Amino acid sequence: MKAVLAIALTEIRIGIRNRWVLLSAAILAIFSILLVVLGSGPSGTVDAHPLTVAVASLSTLAVYLIPLIALLLSFDAVAGEVDRGTLQLVLATPIARWQVLFGKFIGHTAVLTMALMLGYGAAGMLGYALGGGEDMPLFELLLLVATSVLLGAVFVAVGYVASCSARQTGTAAALAVGIWLVTVVLYDMALLGGLLASQDGVFARLVFPWLLLFNPADAFRVYNMAIVDGSLLRTGLGAGPTGLPLEGAGVLLSPVLWCLAALGLATLAFRRVTP
Amino acid sequence: MSKRIEIASVSKRFGRVEALRDVSLAVEAGEVVALLGHNGAGKTTLFRIMLGFIRANGGTLSICGEIAGSAAARRAISYLPESVAFPKMLTGREVVELYATLKGAARGDAGKALEQVGLAEAADRRCGTYSKGMRQRLGLAQAIVGQPKVLLLDEPTSGLDPVSRGEFYELIAGLARSGTAVLLSSHGLSELEARAERVAILRKGRLVADGPLAALQKSAGLPTRIRVRSTAGGAADIHQRFGGRRINGASVEIACAGEEKMPVLAALHAAPEPVADIEVMPPTLDEVYRYYSLGSNVEEDRS
Ligand SMILES: Nc1ncnc2c1ncn2[C@@H]1O[C@H](COP(=O)(O)OP(=O)(O)OP(=O)(O)O)[C@@H](O)[C@H]1O
Ligand SMILES: [Mg+2]
Repeated sequence: MKAVLAIALTEIRIGIRNRWVLLSAAILAIFSILLVVLGSGPSGTVDAHPLTVAVASLSTLAVYLIPLIALLLSFDAVAGEVDRGTLQLVLATPIARWQVLFGKFIGHTAVLTMALMLGYGAAGMLGYALGGGEDMPLFELLLLVATSVLLGAVFVAVGYVASCSARQTGTAAALAVGIWLVTVVLYDMALLGGLLASQDGVFARLVFPWLLLFNPADAFRVYNMAIVDGSLLRTGLGAGPTGLPLEGAGVLLSPVLWCLAALGLATLAFRRVTP
Repeated sequence: MSKRIEIASVSKRFGRVEALRDVSLAVEAGEVVALLGHNGAGKTTLFRIMLGFIRANGGTLSICGEIAGSAAARRAISYLPESVAFPKMLTGREVVELYATLKGAARGDAGKALEQVGLAEAADRRCGTYSKGMRQRLGLAQAIVGQPKVLLLDEPTSGLDPVSRGEFYELIAGLARSGTAVLLSSHGLSELEARAERVAILRKGRLVADGPLAALQKSAGLPTRIRVRSTAGGAADIHQRFGGRRINGASVEIACAGEEKMPVLAALHAAPEPVADIEVMPPTLDEVYRYYSLGSNVEEDRS
């Protein structure tokens, strides 16, 4: 356990010192502050706290941003250490391979959590300044942070699968970008296409809900959309058809299972890596 | 069970390349063995098999009686690869502390290891700022931290200046005295500066020599060379009488077996031709190394 924590701590140190935390926090902060400012504008809903509007838009934005940040954080984890030769040192010690991966997972997730808290925290602070403490959606914001961490964890683990499968860091990077493109961009487009194509509604009723929840990024969006007041969210997919197979927090089962599956897969792939 | 490393008839091929062929080698506690060989001889491959990174095609390997690559074997072993790039953002101390923890050693051992390799002063600087020799020392520090039973060092002295190299061998000798078995690779005998008790030489994946340096020198049977410089154009006559090789206008080089050296010198002394100077050159370590590592056709390469 000590060894796992030592690896996690090392990743956290590196994440902080190479300004990775700062940079991704800044990106998140810029976007969320922008959304808060836009949400508080005259065109925004008058009776809602500016942050409520922002949280809704943030959860849509997060679907794109967080998987990308997470993948960029993790694609190098194994392939990069093979390239640099440090994996030989790590694997020459008694630590088991799954422990190495687990330690990195803890470390990278912690790094991501720091970035999220800083980034969203900036938005929260601005929201407080603009809309005051009264009916500030603090709970919703916290849920957004928590579910964002979960979503990020999924893609950190997915990044490890890419990193263990590719022989070179460059290939792993390409693989990571491909995964991002498919899961958060093309997948939704395909779903929309399916909805448009099947006019009889069979697809929409029977297949679409499952496919929507199958994608952890969509499940994340569905969950956060449902948390924030329904009247605010007529935005594309998030509006979602009724009759999802899972309700409320149950929706989060998708990212949780994905996270476990990806970690398992990465562990298997890691076994075949020659340092 | 005093054998810390036991390698028996290990073979390894990579496709058509036969990297190792029937290699057997044993290292006992407290012994320092140097593994020599040309580029591509199979030194690194042997190390990687000992660590369980790659699997041998044949033969058996044990580290302290445990199967190579098992967790028990890795508890005993420590490794310095030929090239490694530590995270630039970490300090030397943080790097060594990490590996100390992974090996189950006390974190405090890190400071001691850094001191032993002469990095105590730079320990709290980021290793991105280290010079090549300092990085090599850092690699060494992570290898020796926690008193390993078996130390595998792949080209540990590359990048070290002559003084540091001497210090390095002192350090290794100290570890061996306290019972560590050391197997280190290098490219030549002269680099070793006679610091290893035993020398093993790989040639194209086969072990062609294994023994104490003195024994290798003897069994190579390389000739001693006597270079005679003559005055006043006597070189031709000397060449005629003693054979050998004309070096330039005035010199002749005579090669003879070690035991023939004195008779030849006596004959030269008695010879009527004017001799200005005699230089006696016993076979150098480099020549002994070349003899084993390139095969016996070294005579042609001598100049
Ligand atoms: N992963 C691999 N795939 C294919 N061939 C390999 C692989 N690793 C090593 N070889 C081959 O095996 C042979 C031995 O290589 P090895 O790295 O063990 O040599 P070495 O003695 O360490 O050389 P050097 O002194 O240059 O470090 C070489 O011919 C090399 O090309
Ligand atoms: Mg090598």
